[in-house]
Amino acid sequence: MSTLALALEDVAHAFGGVQALAGVSLAVPAGCVYGLIGPNGAGKTTLFNVITGFVTPDRGRCLLHGAPITGLPVHEVAAHGLARTFQNIRLFAEMTALENVMVGLHRQGTTGVLGAVLRTAGARREQADFSRRAADLLERVGVSGHAGRRAGTLPYGLQRRVEIARALATAPRILALDEPAAGMNAAETDALRALIAGLRTDGLTVLLIEHDMRLVMGLCDRLAVLDRGRLIAEGPPATVRGDPAVIEAYLGHAPVAGAAC
Amino acid sequence: MPEARRLRLLGLALGLAALLLAPFLVDALLGRAWVRVLDLVLLYAMLALGLNIVVGYAGLLDLGFVAFFAVGAYLYALCASPHFGLHLPFWLLLPAAALLAAAFGMLLGAPTLRLRGDYLAIVTLGFGEIIRIFLNNLNAPVNLTNGPQGITMIRPIEIAGVSLARPLEIAGLTLPSLYLYYYLFLALAALALVISARLEGSRIGRAWIAIREDEVAARACGVNTRDLKLLAFALGASFGGVAGALYASFQGFVSPESFGLTESIMILCMVVLGGMGHVRGVVIGAAILVALPEALRYTGPLQRVLFGSVYIEPSDLRLLLFGLALVLVARWRPAGLWPSPVRRRELAERHAPGGVEAGR
Amino acid sequence: MDIFVQQLINGVVLGSIYALVALGYTMVYGILGLINFAHGEVVMVGALVSITAIGALGAATGTPGPLLLVAGLGIAVLACMLLGALLERVAYRPLREAPRLTALITAIGMSIVVQNLAMLAWGRQYLSFPAVLPNEPMSLLGATVTGTQLLIVGLTALAMFGLMALVNRTRLGRAMRATAQSPALASLMGVNVDRIVVATFLIGSALAALAGVMVAGYYGQAHYHMGFMLGLKAFTAAVLGGIGNIPGAMLGGLALGVIESLGAGYIGALTGGFLGSHYQDVFAFAVLVLVLVFRPSGLLGERVADRA
Repeated sequence: MSTLALALEDVAHAFGGVQALAGVSLAVPAGCVYGLIGPNGAGKTTLFNVITGFVTPDRGRCLLHGAPITGLPVHEVAAHGLARTFQNIRLFAEMTALENVMVGLHRQGTTGVLGAVLRTAGARREQADFSRRAADLLERVGVSGHAGRRAGTLPYGLQRRVEIARALATAPRILALDEPAAGMNAAETDALRALIAGLRTDGLTVLLIEHDMRLVMGLCDRLAVLDRGRLIAEGPPATVRGDPAVIEAYLGHAPVAGAAC
Repeated sequence: MPEARRLRLLGLALGLAALLLAPFLVDALLGRAWVRVLDLVLLYAMLALGLNIVVGYAGLLDLGFVAFFAVGAYLYALCASPHFGLHLPFWLLLPAAALLAAAFGMLLGAPTLRLRGDYLAIVTLGFGEIIRIFLNNLNAPVNLTNGPQGITMIRPIEIAGVSLARPLEIAGLTLPSLYLYYYLFLALAALALVISARLEGSRIGRAWIAIREDEVAARACGVNTRDLKLLAFALGASFGGVAGALYASFQGFVSPESFGLTESIMILCMVVLGGMGHVRGVVIGAAILVALPEALRYTGPLQRVLFGSVYIEPSDLRLLLFGLALVLVARWRPAGLWPSPVRRRELAERHAPGGVEAGR
Repeated sequence: MDIFVQQLINGVVLGSIYALVALGYTMVYGILGLINFAHGEVVMVGALVSITAIGALGAATGTPGPLLLVAGLGIAVLACMLLGALLERVAYRPLREAPRLTALITAIGMSIVVQNLAMLAWGRQYLSFPAVLPNEPMSLLGATVTGTQLLIVGLTALAMFGLMALVNRTRLGRAMRATAQSPALASLMGVNVDRIVVATFLIGSALAALAGVMVAGYYGQAHYHMGFMLGLKAFTAAVLGGIGNIPGAMLGGLALGVIESLGAGYIGALTGGFLGSHYQDVFAFAVLVLVLVFRPSGLLGERVADRA
C-alpha cells in the first residue's frame, strides 16, 4: 500500500443554504494521476477550494501526506506542497511569462528589502538562480520561446502551460489542475496528456478535474465521481465507467456548456 | 567600447549634468520662483514614489496617503520649532519621521488590508480625513498641534553647521537657499528612485505585483499576501514621512489645510498618469502635476488680456483637471501615459518583423 | 433625559437623510460591485439646483411656498436623474469589464469632476435655501421638533415604501433583483442588463435629489462641498446595513444617524472634555472601520451580484 498523498475525511460545506459538499471522503495514493469528475455543479471546484485552503469546510479534515491542512491559510497549504491551477486561468497579466514562474519560486527565496535594495551578492545569486530555474520550467512545459512576453498577450494554450509551470515552481508534491484541457483542441490535449504523464513519471501526484473524457480515461490511474456533493463512485477508470450510478448521474443531468461547478 | 554602450554612458553623463545644473538653468530661463517649483517637484516625486509602492506595485488604493506626509511634517515641526522649544537635528528627525510614518502605516494596514479594494479605498480616505481633523482640533485642552493656525518658525535643515536657509559661498559661486534645498531633495529623491527600482525587480517587488495582478493566484503561489501588503504600506508611508519632514523645514510652516484630500488625489494622479508601478513615469507625472498648476497661473492675466476679465480663476481649475486626468487616463491609457519598459518592448516588437525575445 | 430624546429625534432625521442617499450607493454596488463615489455629488447638485430653481421661479412668478418647493424638487429630480444617467453612460459603462482598480479610479475622478464643475457653476459661497419650509417648533415627547423635520422623516418613509413596492411588486423590480443576483443569468433570461443598470442609476439619483433638497432645507443652506462628507457617511450607512441590501440601507442610515447624534451630544461628557463635538465626523469613520473589521457583511447581510 503506497503512502497517501492526500486524504479527505468526511468533508462537508454549505454555501448559504446549498450543500456543496455532503461528507466526502477520499484517499489519493502518492505518485498517481487522480481524476475528479462529475456533472456540473457536483462540487468539484468547491472540493479543490477546500483542499487548497480557499474555503474552510464546515466539517471534516484534509491530510496532506499525513499532515493536517484543514483551515490553514492558502499560502501555508502551498508551503506544505500543494500547488494548483485555476479553471479560469489566473496569470499575472502584466508580468512576463518568466516573471510569472519566478513568483512561484517566492517561498524558496530569502531576499528581503535590504538585500534587494543593497543588491547584495546573495540577492544577485538568488535572482540569477530563480531566473534560470524559471527558464528551465518554461522549457519543460514547452514555452521557452515566449519567456519575455507579457503573460496577458500569450495565446490561451500557452497561458495554460505557463500557469502549470508556475505551479510546478512551488516544488509541490501534489499538483491540482482545475480543467486544464478546457478550450484546447485535440492536438493541444494530447500534448497536455504527455506533459502530465511526464510529471507522474517524475514522482508527482496529480489531482485533476476534467470534463474531457478521452483525456481522463486515457490518463488517470483512479477516478472519483462526485454528484451533488457526494462521492458516488471511486476506482480505476474501467470500473467507474461501467458503474450504473455514474451513468445515471451523467444522463440524468442536462449538460450546461461552460458553466461553473 | 561598443557603440550602444558609449551612447548610453554619454546619455547618462548628460542627464547627470542636466540635473546638477538644473537650478541654474531654471533660474536663468524662468526666474527664481520656478526654482522653488523645481524643489517642490522633487518633494512630490518622493511622495509619488511612496504611493507608487502602495498603489502601483501592490495595487492597494490608498486615498489618504497625505496622512503620512502630515505625520512626518508635524513631527519635524514639533521637534524643530519654538512650539515645544525643541531643536533636534535633521539626521535624527528624518529617520524618525520615516519610522513614525511607517508605524502609522502599519496601524492603518493591520485591520484593513484584508478588505476588498473599494472598501480599502474608503477606509484610507477616512483615515486621511481623521488625521486632518485631529491635527485641526488637538489644540485643547492640551495644545499639541496648535490647531488651524498651524506651527510656524520651523527651523530649516542644518547640515554640518551649514543652514540651508542661507546662501552658501562655494568655489566662487553663491548658492541661494533654494539651490541648496534642491540638491538635498535631489539626493533623497534619487535615493527613493533607486530603492523603488531595485525593489521592483526583486523577489519582493514581484510578489507585490503578483498581489496587484491577482491576489488569489499570488496566495496559491505561496506568497504571504498579508505580510507583504503590510510591508508595502509601511514602506510607502515611510517615504511620505520623510517627504513631510523635508516639507516642514522647507516651508518653515505647517497647518492642517495643507494636508487634505486634494493632496492625496494629486499624488494619486501622479501615480496613475505615470503608469502604475512605472517609476520613471511617476516622476514625470509628479513634474507635470506640480508644474502645470503653476503654469496655469499665467492664464489669469491671459484671460484679462483676451477677454477683459478673469472668468475662471486658475486655482479653481486645478482639482478639476486632476479629476479629468484620472477619468481620461483610466478610460484610455490605464497603463499610464508613458509605456513601461515591458510594453515599450512589445510595441517595438510589433513593428519589427519576426523576432521574439527570450526573456530578461 | 430631555437631551437624550432631542438627540434621538435629531438622529432619526439625520438618519433618514443618510438612508435616502445610502439607497443609491447600495443599489449600484449590488448590481455593479462598484462604489459610485460621485453619488454624494449628485446629492449636492440636487440641493444647489433646487435652490436656484426655487429662487428663479419665486422671483419670476411669485407662487406660494409649498408649490415652489414641489416645483423645485421636481426640477432637482430631473437634473439629478440626467446627471446619474450621464455618469453611468460616460464613465462607468465603458469600464464594466476593466479591473477593479481602474473602475475605482474613474469613480473618484468623476466625483472630483462633478464637484468642481458645480463649484465653477455656483461659486464657492454658501447658498441659502429660500424660506419655503415650515419651521415653527412643536413639542414632542418633551423635545422640540420642527415641521421640516417631520416632513423629512415622512417623505423618507414614503420614498422607502415606494421603493420597496417597486422592487418587490413590479416587473422592473423583479428584473432589478435578478440582475442584482447574477447579471449573466438575468441576461440569459431576457433581461436587458444595460437598461436595468440605467434604471438603477436613475432611481438612486432621484432619491439623491430628494435628499439634497431636504438637507438644504433642513440646514438652510447648500454648498458645493457638501456632498463629500455626506456621501462618505451614507456609504458607511449602506455598509453598516449590509451592502446591496435595500432594507439594510434604511436600517443602516437610521442607525448611523442616531449613533452620530447621540455621540455628538454626549462625547464631551464621555471623554471628560478632551474631545468636543467637532469630532462628530470621526464617528462615522469609526463605525465604518469597526463594521468592516468585525462584521463586514453588515447588520442584515450583504447582497452583491455573483460575477464569477
